Amino acid sequence: MLIRAGDAGVLLAGTGLVIALTVFAWGGDRGDTAVIRAAGRVVETVSLTHARTFSIGGPLGATQIEVEPGRARVARDPSPRQLCVRQGWLTQSGQAALCLPNQVSLEIRGRHFAYDTLGY
Amino acid sequence: MTHSAIELPVTPDDRRIARLAALALAEAALPSPLPGVKPGLANIVVLMVLLQYGWRAAAWVSGLRVLAGGLLLGSLFAPGFWLSVAGAGVSLSVLALARRLPSRYFGPVSLSVLAAFGHIGGQLALAGAWLLPGAAIIKLLPVFAAAALVFGTVNGVIVARLLAAPTSDRRQSLPCTLP
Repeated sequence: MLIRAGDAGVLLAGTGLVIALTVFAWGGDRGDTAVIRAAGRVVETVSLTHARTFSIGGPLGATQIEVEPGRARVARDPSPRQLCVRQGWLTQSGQAALCLPNQVSLEIRGRHFAYDTLGY
Repeated sequence: MTHSAIELPVTPDDRRIARLAALALAEAALPSPLPGVKPGLANIVVLMVLLQYGWRAAAWVSGLRVLAGGLLLGSLFAPGFWLSVAGAGVSLSVLALARRLPSRYFGPVSLSVLAAFGHIGGQLALAGAWLLPGAAIIKLLPVFAAAALVFGTVNGVIVARLLAAPTSDRRQSLPCTLP
């Protein structure tokens, strides 16, 4: 017997792992660029290749934006409800975190744009 | 003329381990279709040693292979060498745990696949933390995982066949026939 019962289980689990990794790595559209706007104007366009942080000034104070390989987030913001901070890490193309009271936004872009234009 | 020689006692076990490590090195001569993807023929040797002589001997063969490979191929202490060390180390740790699985259900194929995943996992973890800290390595994960699965399975079947083959001069420690 070359392949025993447990071996079949290991092979199935391995196949599952490969499929999960494929979906994780290639599924969806992982973004490669972060676009940071303040008061509607683009202030930074960064590629998601290495870790950097930005401090963007707005009417309420400074919004901290954190960029890491493959993802970006709003780390700190003076807005009262912290909606953009609570969104956490953004990875997919088209995702955006808006800090409206401070007029700062963070948008992720990939090769394909999910929308022609977004108005907010 | 004075003749001084340092005698190092060499046991037959040492010779056997050295021979097997040399055999495991032969793979370096084979061209690879994709950088980083290798059939891992050395793992066949390591797995055979593990099943016939135990984990300590397998660890020696694997460690000597990595070290001698670094010396012979001129990559000692270069990044590729450390990747080999990481892969072999994780692979051996996985094998140390996996060999405790009941052998009635988990044969060489399981060990080989788990070791292959451990190997690629160790290499990629080190590469991701040290050489390529970036998103690029994520895109390569499925390729390496699929290669580990395929080659791990093939190597496991080869080991199972080798163990099942009757040999006259070699002792067989694991019966591989099932009722």
